[in-house]
Amino acid sequence: MNNKELLLDIKNLSISFFTPSGEVKAVNDVSYHMYDGEVLGIVGESGSGKSVSSYSIMGLISDPGKIVNGSIMFNNHQIDKMTEKELQKIRGKEVSIIFQDPMSSLNPVFTIGHQISEVLKLHTKLSNEEIKKRSIELLELVGMNEPVKRYSQYPHEFSGGMRQRAMIAMALACEPKMLIADEATTALDVTIQAQILELMVELKDKIGMSIIMITHDLGVVASMCEKLAVMYAGRIVEFGTVEDIFYNTKHQYTLGLLKSIPKINADEHERLIPIEGTPVDLLYPPEGCPFAPRCEKTMKICLTQMPGYTYLSDEHYSACWLLDKEKFEGEKGE
Amino acid sequence: MFQYIIKRLGYTLLTIVIISTITFFLMNLVPGGPFLSEKSPSPAVLEAMNEKYGLDKPLGVQYKNYMLKLAQGDLGISIKKKGRSVNDIIAEKFPVSAKVGGVAVGIAIFLGIPMGAVAALNRGKFLDNGLMFISTLGIAVPGFVVATSLMIIFGVKLRLLPTFGLSSPLHYILPALTLAFYPMSYMARLMRSSMLDVLGQDYIRTARAKGVSEFTMLFKHALRNAILPIITYLGPLLAYVLTGSFVVEKIFTIPGLGGEFISSITNRDYPLIMGTTIFLAAFLVLMNVLVDIMYKLVDPRIKLK
Amino acid sequence: MEENRLNTNPLSFHLKAEDFLPADASEKKELVVMRESVSYWKDGFTRLLKKKLAMTALAFIVFVLFFAFVFPSFYPYRYEQQIRGSEDLRPFEYSQEEQAKIDGGESVAPHYLGTDSLGRDMMIRIMMGTRISLLVGLIASFIILIIGSVYGAISGYFGGRTDMIMMRIVDIIYTVPDILVIILLMVTLKEPLKILFEKNEFLSKLGVIGPGLIAIFITFSLLYWVGMARIIRGQVMMIKEQEFVTAARALGASSSRIITKHLLPNCIGTIIVTTTLQIPSAIFTESFLSFLGLGVSAPMPSLGSLAADAISGITSYTYRLIAPAVVISIIILAFNLLGDGLRDVFDPKLKK
Repeated sequence: MNNKELLLDIKNLSISFFTPSGEVKAVNDVSYHMYDGEVLGIVGESGSGKSVSSYSIMGLISDPGKIVNGSIMFNNHQIDKMTEKELQKIRGKEVSIIFQDPMSSLNPVFTIGHQISEVLKLHTKLSNEEIKKRSIELLELVGMNEPVKRYSQYPHEFSGGMRQRAMIAMALACEPKMLIADEATTALDVTIQAQILELMVELKDKIGMSIIMITHDLGVVASMCEKLAVMYAGRIVEFGTVEDIFYNTKHQYTLGLLKSIPKINADEHERLIPIEGTPVDLLYPPEGCPFAPRCEKTMKICLTQMPGYTYLSDEHYSACWLLDKEKFEGEKGE
Repeated sequence: MFQYIIKRLGYTLLTIVIISTITFFLMNLVPGGPFLSEKSPSPAVLEAMNEKYGLDKPLGVQYKNYMLKLAQGDLGISIKKKGRSVNDIIAEKFPVSAKVGGVAVGIAIFLGIPMGAVAALNRGKFLDNGLMFISTLGIAVPGFVVATSLMIIFGVKLRLLPTFGLSSPLHYILPALTLAFYPMSYMARLMRSSMLDVLGQDYIRTARAKGVSEFTMLFKHALRNAILPIITYLGPLLAYVLTGSFVVEKIFTIPGLGGEFISSITNRDYPLIMGTTIFLAAFLVLMNVLVDIMYKLVDPRIKLK
Repeated sequence: MEENRLNTNPLSFHLKAEDFLPADASEKKELVVMRESVSYWKDGFTRLLKKKLAMTALAFIVFVLFFAFVFPSFYPYRYEQQIRGSEDLRPFEYSQEEQAKIDGGESVAPHYLGTDSLGRDMMIRIMMGTRISLLVGLIASFIILIIGSVYGAISGYFGGRTDMIMMRIVDIIYTVPDILVIILLMVTLKEPLKILFEKNEFLSKLGVIGPGLIAIFITFSLLYWVGMARIIRGQVMMIKEQEFVTAARALGASSSRIITKHLLPNCIGTIIVTTTLQIPSAIFTESFLSFLGLGVSAPMPSLGSLAADAISGITSYTYRLIAPAVVISIIILAFNLLGDGLRDVFDPKLKK
């Protein structure tokens, strides 16, 4: 059914941070895969493990974090088994990342040009002149006017949006197979956000890469992504195509997220419904479904047992006992 | 930038004038003039001496005269060292202090910064704890204790190094080490926390994400940023080395300006006390300005302002 | 694709109908494990108790306080007492006279650290020296604390022109090389103070402390408050933007009330930390001055002057130097470590 090549395959990934107060299970038994050229959105609240799980694709989990279980296959590399040296060859070349805060993600003491060139110097055999030429091309590519002048400027001379463009130029310098955008537009003004998103989509088609969009903004995801993973408390609670998630929602948490986005054409009296309560403390993960304390439809079983996944189609699955209840009642009814 | 430098230098001048004024009035308001402590000179002699040094004139006139001379760089004549001008004494003694101090500053910078960086990179490990133990000792142990300990160990017990005067390069080791110990320790601690701070920054994560090697990340991306705050310490460092020289020159019998300053106080050589104070203060204040300007030059974030 | 699927739920025959009954609110509530919420101070102190280094330092400080303020009352010798014939004794050594007394059945207190060249017991001199050093550190820091926090709070609270002028003054004092001015002030203040004490009935009582010490307090409080003032100003400027201050103002609280009741109490963490770190630096400076012979006046000992006295006999009486040196290093180290610990706990932002 799908002839595209498998680019990323994460299986049963668990990542913990070993802090002085105990083990924080940031990512719990997460599995998903991506094909070449796909755009996957990962949605969740802060602390849901969405960033940590994607940093692990680059081997960027550092002390006191540790992959405790699972495997990550990316572009035929077994990331979880690779040494730091081997990982360095992949980072920035085959997979790149754009971080949330463009203000602090660029090194203040080097020029923008220098920071872009550095990636090319590391991963290509181009001469210094070619590198400079290419860097300027990249700045132009991400929509900067006067790229030659920009090349020798420092980050503090750039606005937020400009810095994020510079980050994108840096990330795309080696035409990676995959780009991870970690809340890449969250810190920007709304109009700039749209520009940056547009730029990413445009460049994706030009270079032919895959993108993982990490965000808590469902609006961003809807416009850009093909597939969505909804994460809660270190787990994927629902996975599916954008249509599945938006129009055939199966998990109560996803439903809660959808209810809390404002709609332009809403009835005058329709109110936004927030999700009550606070996320679980991952130092003390519950035995049952982590969403149970906040869920409107909690059942006895939710309190004691972790739900497994129910498949609604090959690409749409969700972990919720309600789905099992339906199935159970269906069987009993027969 | 140019404007900034002019402004800073203006303030510096103001500070020096204020210090000179304070110094002048403090010295002259002290009851019992400089000649009182001498073995009861006859009133006639006293008067003659007062006249000679202009001490019989009203204070305002004395102040005016002093400041006018000061503006021409003339610090007056020593009372106790007959016939020698304060300028002369400073010109003779200051280079000696500057040499020892320079070596100390060198030691402090070239040992302190690597110590801090290494400690930060080995955070929580044995090396870190060891280095931090040394530097904690360094900031807790007063200079005179360091000086005398070094003297006892290397000079008296082991007889490895000379402890008296400055006649050979070997003679510099103990005094310079003493002077360097505190600032070296302070810098190591400063560098450690600065380095740790930088290592937690987002741009270090960006560098890692680019595929930069551990070595490049540390020595190029982190060090450049971590060292910036250290530059601001260079001013206080000089001040410390300078005041430290008061003790060190006394203990190691070095004929420098620090020792001279202290003996001028015990001798109540007022013009010399005033002259040295003003000279040293002006030197420190100027150095501070230079360090500040240097900092602005090094940090690109401030460059265009 | 089937084999690619993730772990699914157990087959339905393992499940029972009761499992799917709705859970009630109390059951849901029980699931929420919350970390115990504790107050700022309680949390701080429990964390401080866990800091072994800081607690060890505190224990040392308590011991040194006893050593300096309590032990001397029980000690058989006085610090200025010169015992004839007992000059330059080594630790636990007795003079001929004392030996004779012991032989005659009398008990003579040993000189734990020997005596100095004037026949004064070294141990009690070190205790008194410690007392002086601690007094200087504590009192000077207290004065600095008062001046600095009030000045800083006023400057930060009023802002604008007031702030600009007040901070200019601070800047100028800040650039003045402190040690030079302190030395200058020490030299010049000693004489007038001596005269003042001799003339004034009331002040003559203060004269017991000695003009040297008073001069130290005056000079320290004239110069060293600027650091504290800067820190407090920064804090106040931050806090005054917060809503509770606006609320207090809206309710008609006067400026002085806002400063004393709302702003300063919120800076207390910073104030404690800065003061704790101020103490060792004051002790440091005092010992430095006394070492140079510019501090306390004889016969009163200070750790610095004791060390200076010991220099002349350094080859034969090394321990005379080591004893005060060790005590002063311990004091400074202990206060620094305690200050570091307090800062980690109460004021992590201040960490630089």
